[in-house]
Amino acid sequence: MTADILTVTDLKKHFVIGRTGVVTQVPITVKAVDGISFAMPEGETFGLVGESGSGKSTVAYTVIGMYAPTAGTIRFRGQDLYESKKKRPLSLRKEIQIVFQDPGSSLNARRTVKQILELPLRIHRSEARRLEEIVRLLDMVELPPEYMYKYPQMLGGGEKQMVAVARALATEPSFIILDEPTSALDVSIQGKIINLLIRLQNEFHLSYLFITHDLSLMRNVASRVAIMYLGKICEIAETVEFFRNPLHPYTQMLLSSIPVVSEAEEKLKPQKIISTGEIPSPVDIPPGCSFHSRCPMKSEACTQLDPVMVEVAPGHTVRCHLSP
Amino acid sequence: MSATPLLLEIKNLHVHYTVYGGQLKVLDGVGLVMHTGERVGLVGETGCGKTTTMKAILRVLPMPPAGIPQGEIYFKGRDILKMSSGELRQVRGRGISMIFQDPTAALNPVFSVGQQMDAVIHHSPLRGKARSRREIHQLAVKSLQEVALADPERLLRSYPIQLSGGMRQRVCIGMALSTGPELLIADEPGTSLDVTIQDQVLRLLRTLVEEKNTSVILITHTLGIVREMTDRVYVMYAGNMVEVAATKELFSNPLHPYTIGLMEAVPRLTGGGVSDGIAGRIPNYLAPPPGCRFHPRCPHAMEICLSEKPASYTIGDDHEVACFLYQADRVSQGNGGGHDR
Repeated sequence: MTADILTVTDLKKHFVIGRTGVVTQVPITVKAVDGISFAMPEGETFGLVGESGSGKSTVAYTVIGMYAPTAGTIRFRGQDLYESKKKRPLSLRKEIQIVFQDPGSSLNARRTVKQILELPLRIHRSEARRLEEIVRLLDMVELPPEYMYKYPQMLGGGEKQMVAVARALATEPSFIILDEPTSALDVSIQGKIINLLIRLQNEFHLSYLFITHDLSLMRNVASRVAIMYLGKICEIAETVEFFRNPLHPYTQMLLSSIPVVSEAEEKLKPQKIISTGEIPSPVDIPPGCSFHSRCPMKSEACTQLDPVMVEVAPGHTVRCHLSP
Repeated sequence: MSATPLLLEIKNLHVHYTVYGGQLKVLDGVGLVMHTGERVGLVGETGCGKTTTMKAILRVLPMPPAGIPQGEIYFKGRDILKMSSGELRQVRGRGISMIFQDPTAALNPVFSVGQQMDAVIHHSPLRGKARSRREIHQLAVKSLQEVALADPERLLRSYPIQLSGGMRQRVCIGMALSTGPELLIADEPGTSLDVTIQDQVLRLLRTLVEEKNTSVILITHTLGIVREMTDRVYVMYAGNMVEVAATKELFSNPLHPYTIGLMEAVPRLTGGGVSDGIAGRIPNYLAPPPGCRFHPRCPHAMEICLSEKPASYTIGDDHEVACFLYQADRVSQGNGGGHDR
């Protein structure tokens, strides 16, 4: 598995949010990520989909180094990211970058675009001609050079996100986490950013971990898709296979809930399943299969036994008792 | 158009906001017509004036800074803008109700659900007669049952923070429909919710309005929702209605370059990549572009678009588009089919 740029094995991230019992002090934990595994080959766009509270952003933050995992390993080009307890070396930080959801809060409002882009250059690269480099970065995201003297609030939402992308590119990374990069933006602007990201990927041979809740968008950008529900992955498949043959009841529920704009898309939606129930609190995850409380096809086994990931077709794995 | 009576008619509505630095000319002659029982969609990007229009209907725009220099809004034949506060109170609640985008912000965190529902029902008396506390309570319970919430008695005693986002929006829907309004304005009712919950809430909303034959204006920027929920759609750009058509017609034959851009920008489940969308952004309302407000972003902009504001041209059955591209078609072609863009 040396060709994989990122390998996540049995990753867990639990947060202690309080304690119960006066004497016993039993910790109350939120199992934000509870044992997920996936591998990403170099140059891939891996889509991570889930509703709010499913733990998809926690995965991203654990990979980037904002949280240390509770258990499990994350390997980047074979190197364990959390092997030593020391700070992550600069050479490794340079390789993994992130673009956040809301550029309004991820860009410092009191810094000019020039200052924002200069910081990663100063830290990671000892280039003398920084100004030229900033112009080049802005050019890569199709912004004119005079934008470097603007403050974020002078830019539109789309332009701000372009600056955030430029900042991520400044360190010349090979792996970028895109955490809902367009969900704060209008659909009319979304396309431009997505196409820019795809172009940059081809140009610089980047690998993307693309996080979103928008399955229609995922269909068009990701090469493989994983669905998360309450900290666990329910289904992973190649994008085309995934949309042609969704197997997990939750995947089907998600697909059937999407509002679509054409008849052709309507036909792709599973008709049998309709959305019911709500995502339970991650503090109080149902026993057995965590989805059983909402699943229209649940059986006795689902309430007691947590299913395991099973490969049903090459590259298509599902975690459901219905798919042996 | 259908023979049902006019419920709401907006004529040439202008709304300005006076701010430091000048006047934001947000609404620039908005027109809208809807009949009783119709479900109308209103789509456009953020900042197009959708919510401003709806707030003008309910007269909840903060004035100042907002001002309405021109325009009329007729609800069942009477101009809302000229009503006294007493008349207005009759219209709000019993006549028109509204559901907001973010249920967390719409509900007051320091009052229980019951207190808030009771207030709404209390302030819209039935035929001028005040309801007894018992009647109010019964109606509140019934409204919560209608929105498929279990154990309404307990729910009425809870505070909004104790409920999930989906439940809060159900409470808001129940509240809005509790007084039996003729017109329901739903401003992005599912946007702040997860997709599976959004689907549930919208399905519930559709069932309820169909049962009660409530007329609906649905504001959203998600075209898919409009397609599933409405009969007719208005497309709004920068304070103008640029296109209106029956929902089916609009989705199969969009005409205005803005509508086409919006449609193409939606990523499809069938794949095929994403289009670049529409270049540029919403204009600065301090100095909106002259002529057609869309011309700086329009791939088909012509000489005339820079100086003159396009009138509405009718193409085919009730399909109106405010774009000079269709000026000639008005005479030469009776229906909307057959012309390439």
